[in-house]
Amino acid sequence: MNYCKVIIDKKEVSVPEGTTILQAAKLLNINIPTLCYHPDQSVKANCRICLVEIKERNSLVTACSTQVWEGAQILTNSKRVLDARKSVLELILANHPQDCLKCIRNGSCELQDICRQFNLRESDLSNIAQRYPLDNTNPSVVRDRSKCIKCNRCVEMCETTQGIGALCHSHRSSNLTVGTAYNETLEKSNCIYCGQCTTVCPVGALYEKDDTEKVWEILNDKDKHVIVQVAPSIRVSVGDEFNMPAGENVTGKMVASLRRMGFDKVFDTNFAADLTIMEEGNELVERIERNGVLPMITSCCPGWINYAEIYTPSILKNLSSCKSPQQMFGAISKSYYSEKFGISPEDIVTVSIMPCTAKKYEANRVEMKTNGVKEVDFVLTTREFARMINTANIDFRNIEEEEFDSPLGTASGAGALFGATGGVMEAALRSAYTLLTNKKLENIEFKEVRGIKGVKEAVININDVLIKIAAVHGISNVKNIIEQIENGTVEYSFIEVMACVGGCVGGGGQPVGSTLKAKEKRIEEIYRIDERKEIRESHKNPEIIKLYSEYLDKPMSSSSHKLLHTKYSPRNID
Amino acid sequence: MKKSVEIISKNFNFKNPESLEEYIKSGGFSALKQVIDMPKEEIFDVVTASKLKGRGGAAYPTGRKLQQAAQEIADSKVIVCNADEGEPSTFKDRALLEWAPFKVLEGLIISAYAINADRGYIYIREEYQKLQRRMRTAIELAEKENLLGENILGKGFNLKVEVVSGGGAYVCGEGSALAESIEGKSGRPRIKPPYIKQKGVFGLPTCINNVETLAIVPVLFSKDAEEYLSCGTEESKGTKLISISGNVNRPGVYEIPFGLTLREIIYDVAKGIENDKKFKFLQLGGASGPIASDMMLDVKYTYEDFKANGLAIGSGAILVGDESNSIVDYVRTVQDFFVHESCGKCTPCREGNRQLAVIIKRFSNKIAGPEDLASINKITDIMKSASFCGLGKSCTAPLISAIREFKEEFYSCM
Repeated sequence: MNYCKVIIDKKEVSVPEGTTILQAAKLLNINIPTLCYHPDQSVKANCRICLVEIKERNSLVTACSTQVWEGAQILTNSKRVLDARKSVLELILANHPQDCLKCIRNGSCELQDICRQFNLRESDLSNIAQRYPLDNTNPSVVRDRSKCIKCNRCVEMCETTQGIGALCHSHRSSNLTVGTAYNETLEKSNCIYCGQCTTVCPVGALYEKDDTEKVWEILNDKDKHVIVQVAPSIRVSVGDEFNMPAGENVTGKMVASLRRMGFDKVFDTNFAADLTIMEEGNELVERIERNGVLPMITSCCPGWINYAEIYTPSILKNLSSCKSPQQMFGAISKSYYSEKFGISPEDIVTVSIMPCTAKKYEANRVEMKTNGVKEVDFVLTTREFARMINTANIDFRNIEEEEFDSPLGTASGAGALFGATGGVMEAALRSAYTLLTNKKLENIEFKEVRGIKGVKEAVININDVLIKIAAVHGISNVKNIIEQIENGTVEYSFIEVMACVGGCVGGGGQPVGSTLKAKEKRIEEIYRIDERKEIRESHKNPEIIKLYSEYLDKPMSSSSHKLLHTKYSPRNID
Repeated sequence: MKKSVEIISKNFNFKNPESLEEYIKSGGFSALKQVIDMPKEEIFDVVTASKLKGRGGAAYPTGRKLQQAAQEIADSKVIVCNADEGEPSTFKDRALLEWAPFKVLEGLIISAYAINADRGYIYIREEYQKLQRRMRTAIELAEKENLLGENILGKGFNLKVEVVSGGGAYVCGEGSALAESIEGKSGRPRIKPPYIKQKGVFGLPTCINNVETLAIVPVLFSKDAEEYLSCGTEESKGTKLISISGNVNRPGVYEIPFGLTLREIIYDVAKGIENDKKFKFLQLGGASGPIASDMMLDVKYTYEDFKANGLAIGSGAILVGDESNSIVDYVRTVQDFFVHESCGKCTPCREGNRQLAVIIKRFSNKIAGPEDLASINKITDIMKSASFCGLGKSCTAPLISAIREFKEEFYSCM
């Protein structure tokens, strides 16, 4: 490999050929400001914020897209550069609404960061921001075109990373629109609500539907018994919103905060994940033993369900009929829990904290009702949860830790795995193995389905039959496998699908700016949570055993079917 | 010096431009037949010696361009004829496509042979529908006579050429945007490197040339070469097709030897200003060319003289305005063009053009202030230095030169 000696701001560094100025500067602890640049995406070079000066050519170039050469002399903070960057920023602001104080990204906006860094005081350019109506007709994602700075991150995420293409470009020049085909709503554009676009938008142009006000209201309603369930990945993610290191396990603080906010009971979705394993594990065994439809595909990811219903309805017969842990919990909360504690289902309000925007859509589905009421009444993303913690004046970093409530708060290590890609698969196998062989599984860790490769495969020997399984994450990676299923060449018996890269730790409701590195840290912590648990298999969870003996009888029983299973149907949006 | 000549435009008076027979009878394709037996080095030498520069506007030395293209090693290489002719007030390529399609085709085939290209695209702007049809006919006829397709002239050289239609975007005149357009995508320029010379259309090494440049190539290998090379100056050899329009008596396409003065071109070739009005300004080279006052009328039309005077040959467009025109209103029209044609990708060009349009409108409505001049400075500065592609970088030239040459008129609007 050839190296180049480069001089940036009079400091020398030697880097391999092909390194960009941006990367080389980082090695010298020089952080060139960027806006459209994203470490997990292709270089775009369209915002022109990262300008630097090439001394010997007396010209400006963008640091993100320009590779170094031997002897290059680069200035990153000469007056010319500072003035040029300010001019670019002024041009962006001249077409951007200036209502920061009321914007959902106040305090977490990359454009605000740049304004602060550039010390911008005033501009003589006229603010002629183009204003457009909000697109907020769906329960999950809101689009505010007025705030778009045309960085293209969301288009790359939707078109290329996710392979969906609900967001795209149209028109040209000042009419350049980052939006949907024919300027339709997202609802009518075959969007799967995975929310990945909201995690990469640098400003307030794409964000989650905010349900915090509704939840505050209900928390203050004395006639309602308000309970909350928290998803597996929240406990390793919400700390990011309070400047804690990526992936830090904040379970105790999370529970304490929820209680402080006024929830009557704080329960754990991981418990419901164990429940899902019971049902799904048995369902898989049934399909294997009775020549049922194989491969069986997991159904806990609502982004994946949306995708299947809209784009590949032929696959619906392969989906597990199990509801997701969120919905199973909801169903149990309005039946078992309601009866056990003598509170009528109409007076129970179930809130879930999820890393996901599609969960808002899932909770709203007409079939997700038990005893005539919605199973899950409100869904809050990690970001909304963090905002509520702030509004409630809680000092999150220092609050004393507390534990989940019973009887829906105990979970095995298997249940905890759901937040990571490959986790559902591993959890299911731990129980399915025992169900099929009546033996204890010696080696309960399936390392081959861990990690961030798009499609991970493993082979497990059950009763001398080799069963091939796969775990997929990032919805674009599912296309190949669906093709195999459709033309009969697929070899897997069981497939886990997560629409978001990394699994739920990388969900559309997670803290904005979550990089791949941060997601990997969260996944690491999730596996550690599992390792530290005494009970690591779902079928050994005492609260689960109790639930079946007291109420459901056994997995796949008629009560289980009624409460914990569901149907899917094609959704053709013309 | 004779004012206008007919070397490149020799065939413009053919009875039937679509007749391959007529073209061959007048000496057409003799250049190809000669070239296909020449060693490639010699082909480059001839083109380089002619000092031919790209006629689309960028004026890159053609000999060097072909030589560099030949050096790329790949299983498949692409040659493109850029017939987008998006530059306003330019219509010379249209004349070539209409009256000499075979000449352009011959130039394309010769260039393809020189650089080892096996695929060719003739990218014709969507508005020239009739000319797209004409070129398709020319290709079909050439294929029948073994001048295109497999084993051309039995020399083992294969070249498949197709006509591709533009989608109506000025920015697609830019090489990488053109490549995107041929691939069926929106015409937005690409990040470079890689340059299209290495990774162009469909990722293949691509060489793009203007229609006029290609039309001159067969001339250099024909018996007209001597006459062509005897015209012009040492640095600007040969002739140029100019498109002259505006307030002149005889607008049109003319072939002139390099070295005539602008005064000669306007008053002798185009027969002077309409209705005997006074000359006021001209814009040279297209919409992004500088605006010049009568101080420039005696500058010779050559690359070297123009460079020394801060002017640009560009596409060979010459737009003449008389005293009845307001410079401010003219600049406003040009600005509207750029607001319409910016691809929208980068901040300086997209937002800058929009802001400039608003400011110029204030001048037009005579309500501008001194802060507007300061803003123009700031905006044009950043557009020139930080835009993603040549469109953004050069589109401020008319405004800046107009303010410099016609200061009083702008001040009178404040």
